Amino acid sequence: MEETGIGIWGVPLAIFAGAIRVSTPFIFVSLGETITERSGRINLGLEGTLVFGAMTAYAMAVMTGSPTLGVLVAMMAGAIFGLIHGWVCKFPKVNDIAIGIAMMQFGLGMAFFLGKSFIQPVAPKLPSIALGSWSTMPQVQAALNINVLFFIGAALALFLFWAFKNTRIGLILRVVGDSTDAARAMGIDPDRVRLLATAAGGSLAAIGGAYLSLYYPGSWNEGISSGQGLMAVALVIFARWNPIGCFLAALLFGGAGALGPALQSVGVTQGYYLFYAAPYVLTLIILIATSSPTRSLAGAPGALSLTK
Amino acid sequence: MTIEANDPALSIVGKPASLRPVLEWTARRAEPIVIGLTAIIIGLAIFSLFILAVGKSPATLFQLMYTGGFASWFSVQNSLSRAAPLLLTALCVALPARLGLVIIGGEGAVVLGGVTAAAMAMPLAGTAPVFLTLVLMAMAAMVVGGIWIGLAGFLRHYRGVNETISSLLLSYIAIALMNQFVEGLLRDPASLNKPSTRPLPAEYMLGNIPGMDVHWGLVIGILACMVSWIVIEATSYGFAARIAGGNVRAAQIQGLPVGKLIAGFTALAGSFAGLAGMIEVAAVQGSANASLAAGYGYTGILVAFLARHNPLAIIPVAILLGGIDASGGLIQRRMGLPDATVLVLQGTLFIVILFCETFYGRFKIFNPDLWKRSL
Repeated sequence: MEETGIGIWGVPLAIFAGAIRVSTPFIFVSLGETITERSGRINLGLEGTLVFGAMTAYAMAVMTGSPTLGVLVAMMAGAIFGLIHGWVCKFPKVNDIAIGIAMMQFGLGMAFFLGKSFIQPVAPKLPSIALGSWSTMPQVQAALNINVLFFIGAALALFLFWAFKNTRIGLILRVVGDSTDAARAMGIDPDRVRLLATAAGGSLAAIGGAYLSLYYPGSWNEGISSGQGLMAVALVIFARWNPIGCFLAALLFGGAGALGPALQSVGVTQGYYLFYAAPYVLTLIILIATSSPTRSLAGAPGALSLTK
Repeated sequence: MTIEANDPALSIVGKPASLRPVLEWTARRAEPIVIGLTAIIIGLAIFSLFILAVGKSPATLFQLMYTGGFASWFSVQNSLSRAAPLLLTALCVALPARLGLVIIGGEGAVVLGGVTAAAMAMPLAGTAPVFLTLVLMAMAAMVVGGIWIGLAGFLRHYRGVNETISSLLLSYIAIALMNQFVEGLLRDPASLNKPSTRPLPAEYMLGNIPGMDVHWGLVIGILACMVSWIVIEATSYGFAARIAGGNVRAAQIQGLPVGKLIAGFTALAGSFAGLAGMIEVAAVQGSANASLAAGYGYTGILVAFLARHNPLAIIPVAILLGGIDASGGLIQRRMGLPDATVLVLQGTLFIVILFCETFYGRFKIFNPDLWKRSL
């Protein structure tokens, strides 16, 4: 790779740019999963939702020429996936973790099935904002060319952080997540709250998918997601169910993913593939360090089957 | 004892004492079969609606599925070959499930088992006897797979780390490790486009069952299922595991070594998945490469849940899914449907079958204890 005029500074710049580019789907999926898990339910099916979202967004963008419409339709599709998950899981004896895996397989199958004919056509991309136009260096310009969805994700993280604490809906969500019985005593229907929370989670995960197919890497194919949807579940734990934590953790995961390619570009090729494992190892270490066999994870919703 | 078909003695209320145990036995065993079959029929019906919606004939599809999976000796052999790894990866889910654990990281153990087996074969193949080499490969793969999934069980009990998430994380770490080994330390310089370990010499391959075009992995998988069934149903360990799976507190109060049981069962489960990786290397691929992460770990989850975590039921379910998998190509060619059709069918069946768990214990007819009260 050419490094004209930028030298070793190319590494942090590449990591920075990579973190922003790679983190956006993580932000949306993990924020969606946070909403769902805060209501006391876990949805492992977001991987399927993400890929299905990527497919619908791409297909809509190809057919209508509007990437924005693609994102909106993907959100609707994601909400439908969430509604299915939420509805099925409200029945007794139905394991939400297993249903998640089933939904993942179903979502992947549907996406590959319906998306077969959209592998060839080219869709218009989502717009990005060129914050680096002040610089004369193309690397800086490329690094600061940031997609609008990243900013929306950042704003959403701040909004959710505020909303969980300060709004009635946030309170209801937290009560349902902490104790089904307390929610019933307050006259809230926990199943309905969880249904809506899972639908909201699904529609956010689908935006993450739309970003993948409509911006980076910016095409639809069957290998578009490399487990971002599943990773989001670990990321939410890593972030302690805190939306701002999700945003920062997503950046960290994105940066760790960009570390390998960045180092390779300056000639460091040892252990290239191990860098991909870095976020997973980090999450596992934090899980081990903060878990205890006698109490649930700090900050975890009490009714979440994951932490019981 | 002769009973007429219209004998009033057959009605449950006026049962003769001798008939009651038979009816009870039938009723208890009928529940999973009736609910399971109903779930499969509903799943197929929903899938048929989907196929109708895309303008194709479900009847043709099911017929092709039968042709491709089971109609001829050739297709049966194909289905059996595909079932072999699923038997082992399903055990990786089913055994911990008996203890109430949901392990979804079997893929990681498969991948690491495969790499370990290939690494083991490198110094041995060509010098050591074939049988010894294969046994050492299998043992090494089982040890590594066992450690990998056993770690998730260990962390669950001693650190309270959720086993679903830790096994998932471990699975991603395993895939990264495999890529690192296959691209680096263990890479065969001759493998250019698709990095692999050095291929196993042909005479060191696991080979086929005599008279069949199916490799020995099938026999190993079936044996593993039988051994698991015996461990669960006929040993004190299995009994203790079932108690711990029902209620951990109760098991601990009774003085059962719950921690050791969890670590032991997850390690056994992982060693089976590791063995699946070894078989994939020694019977199919001939070397370790990225194809090891082909999703057997994830399909194994489906098989285990369909079989309700019963090791013997895993055998027919794995063969059935192997058959569905094998017919994918035929459906693609004859009906012009994408290969993902099979994935849609699997996902639909999986959701409906898990959903039908909710009906267990709801019908009094399956529970002899409630007969008197209901009638």
